[in-house]
Amino acid sequence: MSVNQLPLQQLKLLAVKREFFIYYIFLAVMLIFAVALHDTGFFSLTNFMNIVRQTAPITVMAVGLTFALAVGHIDLSIGSVVALSALVGALLLQHVGIPLAVLGALSVGLIVGLINGLLIERLQVSSLLITLGTMGVITGLSRQLTNLESVPIIDQTFTAFFGAGELLGIPSLFIWTLVIAALGYVVLTKLAFGKHLLAVGGSPKAALAMGIKVTQIRIYALVISSMAAALAGLLYAGRLHGARYTLGEADLLTVIAAVAIGGTSLFGGRACIIGAILGSWLMGMINNGLILSGFSTNEQMIARGAILIVAVAIGVKELKNG
Amino acid sequence: MVRSALDQIALEVRDVHKRFGGVHALKGVSFTINKGEVVGLLGDNGAGKSTLVRCISGIHPPDEGAVLVNGQPVHIDSPLAAREAGIETVFQDLAMVPEFDITENLFLNREILHKNPVLRRLGWLDKKAMEKRAKKALNRLNSRIPSYQEQIHRLSGGQRQAVAIARAVNWGADIVIMDEPTAALGVEQSAQVNELINVISSQGVAVLLISHNMQHVVETCDRAVVLYQGQSVADVSVSDVTKEDLVGLITGAKSAA
Repeated sequence: MSVNQLPLQQLKLLAVKREFFIYYIFLAVMLIFAVALHDTGFFSLTNFMNIVRQTAPITVMAVGLTFALAVGHIDLSIGSVVALSALVGALLLQHVGIPLAVLGALSVGLIVGLINGLLIERLQVSSLLITLGTMGVITGLSRQLTNLESVPIIDQTFTAFFGAGELLGIPSLFIWTLVIAALGYVVLTKLAFGKHLLAVGGSPKAALAMGIKVTQIRIYALVISSMAAALAGLLYAGRLHGARYTLGEADLLTVIAAVAIGGTSLFGGRACIIGAILGSWLMGMINNGLILSGFSTNEQMIARGAILIVAVAIGVKELKNG
Repeated sequence: MVRSALDQIALEVRDVHKRFGGVHALKGVSFTINKGEVVGLLGDNGAGKSTLVRCISGIHPPDEGAVLVNGQPVHIDSPLAAREAGIETVFQDLAMVPEFDITENLFLNREILHKNPVLRRLGWLDKKAMEKRAKKALNRLNSRIPSYQEQIHRLSGGQRQAVAIARAVNWGADIVIMDEPTAALGVEQSAQVNELINVISSQGVAVLLISHNMQHVVETCDRAVVLYQGQSVADVSVSDVTKEDLVGLITGAKSAA
């Protein structure tokens, strides 16, 4: 954009920028539900706070997945990591204190991320296939770990910290959302590491020629994505006072749709954390609105799938237009 | 074109050999480039131009022979080592991230970090400082680039080439190697790139120009080094020879007088 353009033209250019799409769709969906559900409590601060709290695990996963997508990878194993991390955390809590249990749960994410990353780089296979495989393996492990039994969590400090608790009147799930969002934003936009992630996704050849350790950066990105999913598992376990192998089962589609509609490219090189967060809230709002309208989870699934397709369609069109 | 030779040797390549398995790709290549001089590296396909460039830029270290920068022998075994020795290479694909803006590409993996020591340790970027230096680097080349905030994929081929050259020079390179910089460009943009080469050589930078385009070589280079079957067979002043002479040397039809 050159400096001597008319302000109006600049505004026009700015208004059609891809990053702003999520704001429009967010506002449009909110408006539709606000009108359609005017006789319910949809359009209230309490309800929006509810949405944000319920969506917290999705938001955290969306921030993590944004890192994987930034380097040009996809991570399909995140949903399965949620369940395994929650189960490991809940089981450990029966024997050890909170710090060790949390450490154990998060190391599930670390290990899965490392395995994903090393396999992709070593075998030079698409991340789609490798993470599809690890997803299967981890889902099986979660089911085997407790023989499909749920593991309750009675530790109130844990459930307050990761679930229903508050700090100075602010729900802890909201704090988690803010902290992870801020962290993701700072790393991607303010730090050299973030630039390197995007460079690797945008042009691996250029990144390599400039001396960036491409393989290492890609592995880091998958570890971040996986560890975010592990944290999401703890948030679920805290909110639901226990863990179950079904946790996170239906989240993969939601998270990918949220990130894609938020303006992050599914082909690497462009990432938008704020978009991912708004995207996840959008998904939460749609779920919430559909439930209040009396629709079932079936319709929610249809809506999620449709949003992903719309997001991908926009992304591909952009790619072609350069 | 004759420049006031500073008569200080910036780069000396001495009897460089390179083998790939049974193939003897370089069989003793020697030449020098003075400061501020533009030397064309000519040769037919397979003559060893690309191999030589890869040897000097650290991608394939040479098996035998020496590379001297400012009279000092340097051990170039990686692109980073080449860069540290003051040799920058502008590759044909330019090695730029299309979605990044000019500043981000100029400072890719060589970012200026924040002055605050804590933030610095985190790798926090000092965007203002980088933009300031990007502006300076572009001004130094008098290049026709609209703004340092422009994304690379919005630039023309010539402008991208200019950014790649600016990046090389910005890093204080004494020696810039350019691999076919005008191969993909139109007439007007080629002329702009030639102008840039003149600008940087007048600032004392030694330029090694790999080109197929005889016209381009005659217009921009002071000297031409010709490779034939892995050996340097001629080192001539461009003003002393005709285009036809050069073609003869490249094809092996003629040997250096």
